[in-house]
Amino acid sequence: MELKDLYRDVILDHNRHPRNFGRLEEANARAEGHNPLCGDRLTLSVRLDGDRIADIRFEGRGCAISTASASLMSEAVKGKDRASVRRLFERVHALLTRADATAGADLGKLAALSGVREFPARVKCASLCWHTLNAALDSGAATVTTEVPDEVASGRSQQLAGEP
Amino acid sequence: MAVNARDAGAERAPTPLHAHASRVLDAERVRLDFPILARTVHGRPLTYLDSGASAQMPRAVLQAVEDYEMRSHANVHRGVHLLSQEATAAYEGARDRVRRFLHARSAREIIFVRGTTEAINLVAQSYARPRVGPGDEILITGLEHHANIVPWQLVREQTGCSLVVAPINRRGEVALEEIVERLTPRTRLLAVAHVSNALGTVLPVEEIVAAARKRGVPVLIDGAQAVQHRAVDVRALDCDFYAFSGHKLYAPTGIGVLYGREELLAQMPPWQGGGDMILSVSFERTTYNELPWKFEAGTPNMSGAVGLAAAIDYVEGLGFEAIAAHEDQLLEHATAELTRIPGLTIIGTAARKSAVLSFTLEGIHAHDLGTILDSEGVAVRTGHHCAMPVMEYFGVPATARASFACYNTHEDVNRLVAALEKAREVFR
Repeated sequence: MELKDLYRDVILDHNRHPRNFGRLEEANARAEGHNPLCGDRLTLSVRLDGDRIADIRFEGRGCAISTASASLMSEAVKGKDRASVRRLFERVHALLTRADATAGADLGKLAALSGVREFPARVKCASLCWHTLNAALDSGAATVTTEVPDEVASGRSQQLAGEP
Repeated sequence: MAVNARDAGAERAPTPLHAHASRVLDAERVRLDFPILARTVHGRPLTYLDSGASAQMPRAVLQAVEDYEMRSHANVHRGVHLLSQEATAAYEGARDRVRRFLHARSAREIIFVRGTTEAINLVAQSYARPRVGPGDEILITGLEHHANIVPWQLVREQTGCSLVVAPINRRGEVALEEIVERLTPRTRLLAVAHVSNALGTVLPVEEIVAAARKRGVPVLIDGAQAVQHRAVDVRALDCDFYAFSGHKLYAPTGIGVLYGREELLAQMPPWQGGGDMILSVSFERTTYNELPWKFEAGTPNMSGAVGLAAAIDYVEGLGFEAIAAHEDQLLEHATAELTRIPGLTIIGTAARKSAVLSFTLEGIHAHDLGTILDSEGVAVRTGHHCAMPVMEYFGVPATARASFACYNTHEDVNRLVAALEKAREVFR
């Protein structure tokens, strides 16, 4: 367990200068994520152009891992369609939780998160933004909403709490 | 010290490993009583600063539990055979040990529960719920642990009563006046922490209880963060209920105590039904057992009770004056050192504090701090400490909390400070 594997320069940089931080006024999908362990909250606003993420912003207060992960995610998913985002999420999730997962070139800067799996208590921090994005995309799939009902958010919190 | 389970509750002088006759606590020697403190984490010596969440157990407690389990275990209050008699003697002996610890009048006033949370829920459901309705008020404070908030919210949902909160100030104190002015003719119960878990604030419970009793309001004190630091005398306090957990007092988990004034307990209906809490059962009618067993349905946690009695022997052997003097020194040392760290803010600066330091470090989230400190072998709690309203009041999502116990040393403080410097380096 090496601290420098967790707090890599890319992570520290994205924590200090988060990209796509703020609120997207013209968003047509939003979701709020909550990590009950540390009390962190994250709000994602997404502008979907058909099936494609045209723009995305996030706001909230969180630890370095959750802030950097959200920042990295926002860069990675911009311009991608739902199916590509889901595939990417599965890759990131494996990277965060499975010792045998490797960070291929397709992950780009997201590979910086590979150190997180050595710190099981911190996996939820890194995956919170991805679960939140899934919720935003799901809500966008049925009807385009600007707010996600509370029960969706709390249901997701429970789902997070059950993660390894 | 090997405590024979059969003697666990007997009146006897505590016999700690070493003579603490001088009544000055030698923490380096105390540490030797706690086997877990010898281990390393991540290749570094363990610096355990999370006793406020759960304290470690001394060998005397571990030994007492093992002796009970290996020699005397059987079900209590049931068998005529020797083991059952020994188990019953150990369990009831432990109850009497708790009675003496709290200076209660009678062992009938000592209910064994799983912990503080269960004790408060018992009072909420068995005392408060049948007595309150719309218009009635239950008074708490702004620095309560969730365990002293949520049970009252349940009663509010069940009965339509109101929950009134006496606010805290910027130092993390609850001024006596804030409580007094909220004691109205409709206040049916005041439930208040003795010591705040999140901030370490010591509440003036003596004055609080006096003010409440003058107005005829019964008082429950959540002593989960108090009993390991100071002697508690429920008769001198004159409170109606006092709750605490074993595992914060160097005893095992799963055992705790509700002290209740006998005249109130006698009027209260049982909370849970089952074995041991009855005298006779037919399908038409059940006669409940006497106090305290009326509130102890099912087979109780005997080994936990034995461990708790041994833990009480242990802390009283060290002496609360010595423990308090030692922990006060650690708090003073740690406060001075942490105050010097740039960007560090101590949350909770009450005039009277227990050895708890809650803090934030600018630019570093508490969760990151926790990880970095852990990598240096320093165990602290990070998060909202089950006191989200307190965090909300101070406008922080989380803090790091170092809580000190009898076995902590000034070296532990130095290691905490060094680890915090390391965190600042990582995030520079």
